[in-house]
Amino acid sequence: MSTTGKVSGIISNIVIVRADGPVAQNEICYVHLGDITMMAEVIKVVGDDAYVQVFDSTRGLTIGNHVEFAGHMLEVTLAPGILSRSYDGLQNDLAKMDGLFIERGTRTEPMDFDAKWEFTPIAQPGDTVTGGDWLGSVRELWIDHKIMVPFRMQEKYTVKSVAPAGEYTITEEIAVVTDKNGADHSVTMLQKWPVKIPIRNYREKPRPYKIMETGVRAIDTFNPLAEGGTGFIPGPFGAGKTVLQHAISKQADADIIMFVACGERANEVVEVFTEFPELKDPRTGHSLMERTTIICNTSNMPVAAREASVYTGMTIGEYYRAMGLKVLILADSTSRWAQALREMSNRLEELPGQDAFPMDLSAIISSFYARAGLVYLNNGETGSVTFLGTVSPAGGNLKEPVTESTKKAARCFYGLAQGRADSKRYPAIDPVDSYSKYLEYEEIKKYLDERVEEGWTDMVNLGKTIVLRGKEANDQINILGDDGVPIEYHDRFWKSELIDYVILQQDAFDDIDANCPMERQKFMFKMVLDICGREFRYEGFEDCSVFFKNLINLFRQMNYSEWQSEGFENYRRQICEAVEAKEAKNVQAA
Amino acid sequence: METKAFQKIYTRIDNITKATVTLSATGVGNDELATVGGKLAQVVKINGDQVTLQIFSGTEGIATDSEVVFHGEPPTLNVSDNLAGRFFNAYGEPIEGGSQLEGERREIGGPTVNPFRRLQPSQMIATGIAGIDLNNTLVTGQKIPFFTDPDQPYNQVMAMVALRAQADKIILGGMGMSNDDFLFFKHVFENAGALDRIVSFVNTTENPPVERLLVPDMALTAAEYFAVDKGEKVLVLLTDMTQYADALAIVSNRMDQIPSKDSMPGSLYSDLAKIYEKAVQLPNGGSITLIAVTTLSGGDITHAVPDNTGYITEGQLFLRNDSDTGKVIIDPFRSLSRLKQLVIGKSTREDHPQVMNAAVRLYADAANAKTKLENGFDLTDYDERTLKFARDYSTELLAVDVNIDTETMLDTAWRLFAKYFTRSEVAIREDMMNKYWPE
Repeated sequence: MSTTGKVSGIISNIVIVRADGPVAQNEICYVHLGDITMMAEVIKVVGDDAYVQVFDSTRGLTIGNHVEFAGHMLEVTLAPGILSRSYDGLQNDLAKMDGLFIERGTRTEPMDFDAKWEFTPIAQPGDTVTGGDWLGSVRELWIDHKIMVPFRMQEKYTVKSVAPAGEYTITEEIAVVTDKNGADHSVTMLQKWPVKIPIRNYREKPRPYKIMETGVRAIDTFNPLAEGGTGFIPGPFGAGKTVLQHAISKQADADIIMFVACGERANEVVEVFTEFPELKDPRTGHSLMERTTIICNTSNMPVAAREASVYTGMTIGEYYRAMGLKVLILADSTSRWAQALREMSNRLEELPGQDAFPMDLSAIISSFYARAGLVYLNNGETGSVTFLGTVSPAGGNLKEPVTESTKKAARCFYGLAQGRADSKRYPAIDPVDSYSKYLEYEEIKKYLDERVEEGWTDMVNLGKTIVLRGKEANDQINILGDDGVPIEYHDRFWKSELIDYVILQQDAFDDIDANCPMERQKFMFKMVLDICGREFRYEGFEDCSVFFKNLINLFRQMNYSEWQSEGFENYRRQICEAVEAKEAKNVQAA
Repeated sequence: METKAFQKIYTRIDNITKATVTLSATGVGNDELATVGGKLAQVVKINGDQVTLQIFSGTEGIATDSEVVFHGEPPTLNVSDNLAGRFFNAYGEPIEGGSQLEGERREIGGPTVNPFRRLQPSQMIATGIAGIDLNNTLVTGQKIPFFTDPDQPYNQVMAMVALRAQADKIILGGMGMSNDDFLFFKHVFENAGALDRIVSFVNTTENPPVERLLVPDMALTAAEYFAVDKGEKVLVLLTDMTQYADALAIVSNRMDQIPSKDSMPGSLYSDLAKIYEKAVQLPNGGSITLIAVTTLSGGDITHAVPDNTGYITEGQLFLRNDSDTGKVIIDPFRSLSRLKQLVIGKSTREDHPQVMNAAVRLYADAANAKTKLENGFDLTDYDERTLKFARDYSTELLAVDVNIDTETMLDTAWRLFAKYFTRSEVAIREDMMNKYWPE
């Protein structure tokens, strides 16, 4: 007999339920209001009273309304058929909802129960297996979707039978496994998993040792994100977080993209709905939508489901990781999730921490980021979840709790600077403050030596030094005036500008410049670095700026040109000529 | 307020605070409306049989034996085509006479449009103001506020934009609006012969502040009627959202909630998003475009209200005085239209994106030159030229009194580039340069 209850108090979306039986923390319950059934989650229990947060508006709810407890925590349904769908934060399929508006209490199935999948067995009768081990696979769009022993079955089992190759629905039995007591367990393609609990069915989680390429020069060249790594993008509004995230979601070298729109604008999700099906993934030739799943809880959707949305995205990501795939999860923005926690904590009248956020904010964020990672599965294959979140700091001030807590948890920091955005230097990733801890990893250095070029990391660090010195020189010029500093300061400043304009800045709206493959990044960076390493003599600071402005213009044309096309080569030649001409003057002057 | 038959009347109020009353009552729904001693109130909290009501106009004069009648429903608006041309207060009651509204009764603050059913906005709204059309192009279904100090002529600019926008309906939501401004809007719309496509919901400074909280939802319920049911292009003007937020802060304070930044409630982001996200492009061709005003204090955009707004809206239009030309301009640095990428260079001329960026970059160089000048440094020849360019750019393009079409804006920009700079200084993609550079 499951527990039921009656509504005994309402404070906005927190409802107090007098329960008639046992209730678990984070248990799901359903609140009935006429013919509407609203989902809710237990967030606190005091005596017989369960405090539940309702994932919907509580308008019209009255004392005495009936509540049923579900006996489990918030779960996602895991089975073939997730890719390219658009879910809300509770995994309702948005496309299946009728009508223009999302009416309260609407629930739709996350997959098709009638669809048949072409199953190919992998495991053999007699194999010893455990949760997460592959029993077979089905073709989901373009990937091999592995059918696994359910994650919750963590003991050792012996495979008794596996269904022969053929077409099955997700609820048909595809295997039987026997536990150590001799009891048989039927396995289907479908399993459920509570979103707040990490899926840990893997052998080992090593340090990341590869780079996740994004086609964004300021990331790949300057501060690379590791596959299985974590990063975050804090920035004031208007600094280009969304454009940058969209660029990464289109271009990143991942098998699966989970796009979590958490408390952000609906039109941004519409952009993904609209554009992704039209765009081709150059790696697979399939449409981008076929590797993308959207979890969408926009800012006007129920606040309580915002928190659920990031966990839903993460759990589905972990599921695909267990199939040996490269998953990239993008969450925009984790600040909205933190704000949802704050609203709840406030209504529960908990003692607040800084800026009224709950005291355990930092712990919640770091245990969430810890779910990312590269893993060795039990069968030796690798899979990864790379997590990149955005943070929307209040007032653009990075000394606020969400940014500070995230900084402790994430390994890459891509700080977007208002000043850069104001002068349209996009992406506005601050070249001095941003960092990637992965550049310090020996494994990563070694990987880059092989993937890009021997000694690449040193080149990157040299580039960073040039940018930093250029910034310092610019500060001096601004204080002392153009005439008040030695000409070397101008030289330093303009060399850093060269790196800024050619490498760091990138036009996300230009078909060619938007996506810069590693090979091209290497070519451009080495060419720029070569010029930065040369010594020039100038007649004065204006001569210096004219020289570099010309170079910058030519390099920009090069960035806009097709890789190694005639135009590209032509601009390259012009640059070399300009540099040689300048050097010839050096000789004359000497 | 009408009273229905067989309604129970309560006459025993237990607690009275400045804004709320608490009494024992049963069968009451959350968010339900009630009348307390003749004043309109709304249920904000229920604990057992203790019901707490927020009285919109304050509890002055409410007695422990005042009559309390529950209406059995949350706030509603009667919608029909007859809304057009009418003026209402925050409760949706006609002001300045006129009959009560007939029509379908709809709850205000209704459900969210399924994001999957939205269309991507793609239709440009031409305003003739280059600071908007050239640099921060607006699109139907967009939501965007003016960020402005209170001394700027924001209501005038907004009225101008509204009239040029060619909307089927304009819905004005006035919150804490001065009576003079209200009369200004009425006058402008009247003179333009547009009164029959305007609907106004107005809370003036003479009305109690908490009533304002109903205005956006009223305005947007009317907007949804015209956009969803009638497939019309609706433009909603909300002025001033800072006053709305102040009212939220008052309520949350009286409800003993812990304030977050700038004394604003912790839910400010969600509260504002609920309003702004009503902006939508619908599959039936209807749309709701939302232009709001957020007044700033001393240009400070880090205050919680503009800050949260900026994260919600699709850009912002920043009004300021340009001291060099004496014009009110739309600041190209702090302004942004996030949806402009959907139309510029597509429904406008191909060179639009590049011209826009180059002009702003050169204007930024002028700002640097100006700083140099102020610090007493010598200017280079290039600096001098940027300053001259900035002056012309500001007068001919940024000023809000400009009224030209987009093509003319682009031609003007090219003319100014050629007048003051070399091709490599402008650094636009070469094919565009060859095509448009005036010789």
